[in-house]
Amino acid sequence: MTGSCSGNGVTGKCQEIKTEIHMSELYDKVKKNLIWKSIFRRDYKDNVRNRALAIFGNVFLHLHPVKVRESAVKLRFTWGMGGITFLSFIILTITGIVLMFYYHPTTDLAFLDMKDFEYQVPYGVITRNLHRWAAHFMVIVVMIHMFRVFMTGSYKAPRQFNWGIGVILLVLTFLLSFTGYLLPWDQLGFWAITVGTNMGAATPLLGFQGPFSEYLHITPYNDIRFALLGGAQVGGNALLRSYIWHCIAIPLIATILMVVHFWRVRKDGGISRPQNN
Amino acid sequence: MNPFIEIITLPDNIAIVIMIIMVTFFMVWAFQQALENDRLKLKGLPVDGQNDRDVDTFKPLVRIELIITLVVTVFLTIWSIAVDAPLEEIANPTITPNPAKAPWYFLGLQELLVYFDPWLAGVVLPTLIVVGLLAIPYIDINPKGNGYYTFEERKYAILIFSFGFFILWLLLIVIGVFFRGPGWLWYWPWQEWDHQRVVFEPTRDMTQLIGIDSRSIPGFIIGAVTVVGYYVAGILAPLRYWKKNNPELLTQLGMTRYYTIMFLFVTMMAVPIKMILRLVFLVKYVWITPWFNV
Repeated sequence: MTGSCSGNGVTGKCQEIKTEIHMSELYDKVKKNLIWKSIFRRDYKDNVRNRALAIFGNVFLHLHPVKVRESAVKLRFTWGMGGITFLSFIILTITGIVLMFYYHPTTDLAFLDMKDFEYQVPYGVITRNLHRWAAHFMVIVVMIHMFRVFMTGSYKAPRQFNWGIGVILLVLTFLLSFTGYLLPWDQLGFWAITVGTNMGAATPLLGFQGPFSEYLHITPYNDIRFALLGGAQVGGNALLRSYIWHCIAIPLIATILMVVHFWRVRKDGGISRPQNN
Repeated sequence: MNPFIEIITLPDNIAIVIMIIMVTFFMVWAFQQALENDRLKLKGLPVDGQNDRDVDTFKPLVRIELIITLVVTVFLTIWSIAVDAPLEEIANPTITPNPAKAPWYFLGLQELLVYFDPWLAGVVLPTLIVVGLLAIPYIDINPKGNGYYTFEERKYAILIFSFGFFILWLLLIVIGVFFRGPGWLWYWPWQEWDHQRVVFEPTRDMTQLIGIDSRSIPGFIIGAVTVVGYYVAGILAPLRYWKKNNPELLTQLGMTRYYTIMFLFVTMMAVPIKMILRLVFLVKYVWITPWFNV
């Protein structure tokens, strides 16, 4: 703006003033109208009230307290591992939804859909890569999160129950990854799931190869593995069951438990910390 | 290509390499902070984070969350650009790959199949791991070390947990990923896999070491006495010791907690014991019954 004024003498200067009035008018038009005010309930001034409003006036941030202990902000205490687990879950949800648009959970189409996704869909390769590596990453990070919580004794009173929720979420993370393994319908997934579910056949009482199962007349066609696979071996039914567990059932259960988990972090007094002396 | 480079750069194995690096890093960091806090305690100084003041969540915490979000997203994106997720041949029930490996985080359990029957390695032990983890807050009644890193104040809890986590869970996963080849035989990561290789390792049952048929009645009785005796001795011997030397702790703990802790601990220690029996003495089963073998 200053550049445009200097060359043109008086008229240029007038123009500059005019533009500036114009800009602030525009600013007012954007920010001081009914629509803007209906969306944003505060301005950007850095004061105590606004800093508090930024947290509890925002549905996504209001899970946080308005004030936290300084140690809870330091990376060296929490390592951010719980948050990174949640972030991985969000990345997996987004990439997973994209994958679902192109995928049919049938033995005829599943593998071909994967190939199609790789060769025909824009950014298909990187989307699938992100889904795969974020899944491995989530399993790694959730285990380190558990290690951190153990090492800081954060499962101790009053957080005992929340540790239990966390353990269930850890198991669900494994199961999410496990059910996703089969979906590409390639050799890797097929045999990994075959090996994994064969363990189910060895369940005492309920698996056809397990101890004491003969007393309950358990066969390969009515045991726990049959219930998991929807058949006596990995096939179309197992693929459909994996798909539904993977895309709907487990994410739903995990989401509910995550809500409880985060809520309880708040209700149990925030990130754990040493007692003052 | 060099087999070692090949096995650690397999796309899915890169995740395991990342896991090894991350776990090592955070393990060192945790123990470093624990020892630092112990030193502070010894001097009578407040530990890290003690007497901290409150700060606004907006912006310090929100800022750090945003930075972590960006860093992790960039990291995963670069990883996804650099390495393609493998897609093998279409599923074929008639062609069994050798070795057929479970997903990597279950390879510790698959590794246990060398030492235990599937009903133990694949069902009972994993169930007990979950039950044990759930029980931790209720059986650990030590009020110290809540909310800060420490080693001195919770030595036994940390040692037992670390043994389970690093050795029995993570190390066995690493072995399953990098050290197991066709026929689940041991291969060093720099060794080429040989699909023709057969190892004949004559295993025997424990009672055969003293010349008694493990499937006979005396064999059954000896096996039963060994397994039951292991639990009874493992649970009752520390009880006697504690009653004599630290009865106060025992009263605080209560008998329900004591038996739960010791049952879980003795079961956990049965894993390395059985591994040694198998690896050193080539013992397959300790106790053979008509219904199950241990």
